[in-house]
Amino acid sequence: MIKLKRRALIYGYGNPGREDDGLGIEMVKMVQNWIDMHKLDCMTTDSNYQLNIEDAEKISEWDIVVFVDASKDEDLHEFICSKVESSDAKVEFTMHAVSPAYVLHLSQKLFNKSPETYVMGIKGYEWDFKEGLSDCAKLNLEQGFQYLTRKLAGWALIKKNLPISMLS
Amino acid sequence: MPKKITIEPVTRVEGHGKVTIKIDDEGNVRESRLHIVEFRGFERFVQGRPYWEAPVLVQRLCGICPVSHHLAAAKALDVIVGAGTGDGLTAVGDKMRRLMHFGQFFQSHVLHFFHLSSPDFLFGINSDPAIRNIIGVIEHHKDLAVQGVMMRKYGQEVIFHTAGKKIHGTGAIPGGINKNLSIAERDLLLNGADPMNADKMVEWSVAALAFFKAYHKNNTTLVDTFADFPSNHLSIVRKDGAMDIYNGVLRAVDANGKRILDDVDCQDYDKYIEEEVKNWSYMKFPYLKHIGKEKGWYRVGPLARLNVVDFIPTPLAQKEFEEFKAYTHGKPNNMSLHYHWARLIEVLYAAEEIRNLLKDPDLQNEDLVVKGEKTNKGVGVIEAPRGTLFHHYEINDNDQITLANLIVSTTNNNEPMNRAVNLTAKSFMNGQKEITEGMMNAVEVAIRAYDPCLSCATHALGQMPLEMKLVNANDEVIDTKSK
Repeated sequence: MIKLKRRALIYGYGNPGREDDGLGIEMVKMVQNWIDMHKLDCMTTDSNYQLNIEDAEKISEWDIVVFVDASKDEDLHEFICSKVESSDAKVEFTMHAVSPAYVLHLSQKLFNKSPETYVMGIKGYEWDFKEGLSDCAKLNLEQGFQYLTRKLAGWALIKKNLPISMLS
Repeated sequence: MPKKITIEPVTRVEGHGKVTIKIDDEGNVRESRLHIVEFRGFERFVQGRPYWEAPVLVQRLCGICPVSHHLAAAKALDVIVGAGTGDGLTAVGDKMRRLMHFGQFFQSHVLHFFHLSSPDFLFGINSDPAIRNIIGVIEHHKDLAVQGVMMRKYGQEVIFHTAGKKIHGTGAIPGGINKNLSIAERDLLLNGADPMNADKMVEWSVAALAFFKAYHKNNTTLVDTFADFPSNHLSIVRKDGAMDIYNGVLRAVDANGKRILDDVDCQDYDKYIEEEVKNWSYMKFPYLKHIGKEKGWYRVGPLARLNVVDFIPTPLAQKEFEEFKAYTHGKPNNMSLHYHWARLIEVLYAAEEIRNLLKDPDLQNEDLVVKGEKTNKGVGVIEAPRGTLFHHYEINDNDQITLANLIVSTTNNNEPMNRAVNLTAKSFMNGQKEITEGMMNAVEVAIRAYDPCLSCATHALGQMPLEMKLVNANDEVIDTKSK
């Protein structure tokens, strides 16, 4: 029996029809398989094209939230995982790009809930109208997956089934 | 020295656009243009793909309104597979698609009102930009912000249960649909715990309209004179003249209400509508052929729809429609900010139709698909939230797409938006010695009224920041601002 200390939501977003923009969606699929394999209660995933205002209500129901998206940042190698602070929220110049900080801010202000929130950006390279990740993006995805699942395992109280090496 | 002012990109609309305003030595606006900086290329991309992929492929066009494209493509393919030109589906096929469409309509309009345009109404065009945004709305009108979030969520849930999934939904297929609505799904949407039920959505839609009408009453001059200009208006309508955002015939009226396109078959759209290309924008300029480029442009979307239809087939929205029409004595309404009024009437219409459809037992039927004799050309026209959306496909004997022509809603509004920008720039900036944030926001208010979707299907972290540039006629940067 796997007992979770806190409830975690892993939320990937992006357009899988635009090559590496689907990194967030792919990560969520891999994490869900991992969750199912280890029968981790109170941990789940979700995905969408982009973050929306109603996601504020969704994340308000969880203790830990990890957003996952592709990154175009030229200075980034592989991936980055950062804590999100609502103080970083600013009005986005298009509602098409509602940020994780913005969603957290809405959750706090509208629903009085402040889940511990992170955003993971995975480096992508190709963005054409095509399904499937580039080879380099796949490598970054795997690195990110290993890191994320170690973190998730660390948030859970593991009694069996997971190797010690997976704990942070 | 003449100056060129650029607002790039436009805040609080979907996608990226750039506004360029040229001012002469006296400080008078000479010319204004709305540039679209996105290059799509989608129509070429789908060529060679099997036609049945189109309803899923087209959703990559835009993360904001994928359902509209999904349904328009499905309608075009209905024709190709021999399932008719809009009336040929089974009852469950037709009604499931309509329910999906109303869910999309509802959530899109709600997002626009509560999170994009309400800050201007609540705080004023010239108010401090630090509060003239959704965070300001939350601080001062929290209940409104919460309602917006929950109404959006409800619309998205309707889409999820009809399209099958949130991303690349597959609900609509050529000739019908791939799932019906289960009793459990119906009950969840119809009678869910407050506020997630159909009755609450109707109630809140009525309240949103009341909010706008109160604002209008207190700001009549501004709302009625802001970017007020005559135009033609186009929409699809049901054959009896009722509002029907899913299926109908093409109708257009001029600024005085005279019919200039008289209920033509959507399959013949290309006999009546053409697109002009201009060298300063990637977006085209559609117009009615028989009237010509100069005077044949038209508006689409909520204002146009209410100008074109004869009635709305739901009681509460019909009552609001009558009040709307009476305001201009039955003549077309050409006031840009009245797009918001019309949009909120459509929110109510969508909420009522969602409730009606959820009570319809046809949604649980099992006969999902219709097929007939295949043809090689199909056109699907739908009223997306932002306006009339055209999808036209042609295929070869190997079932591959050989031609795709899309006229998206915002493209139809290209000329009207440019006119609105020009009028607003002249009204707010002429003769002024200093260009203020409020003046620039006024131009953006004009654009926002049309709820344009300038479309971007990627949103990876690290996208370009908002930058405003003030440049002279030699394109030398005088000043920049970042958001």
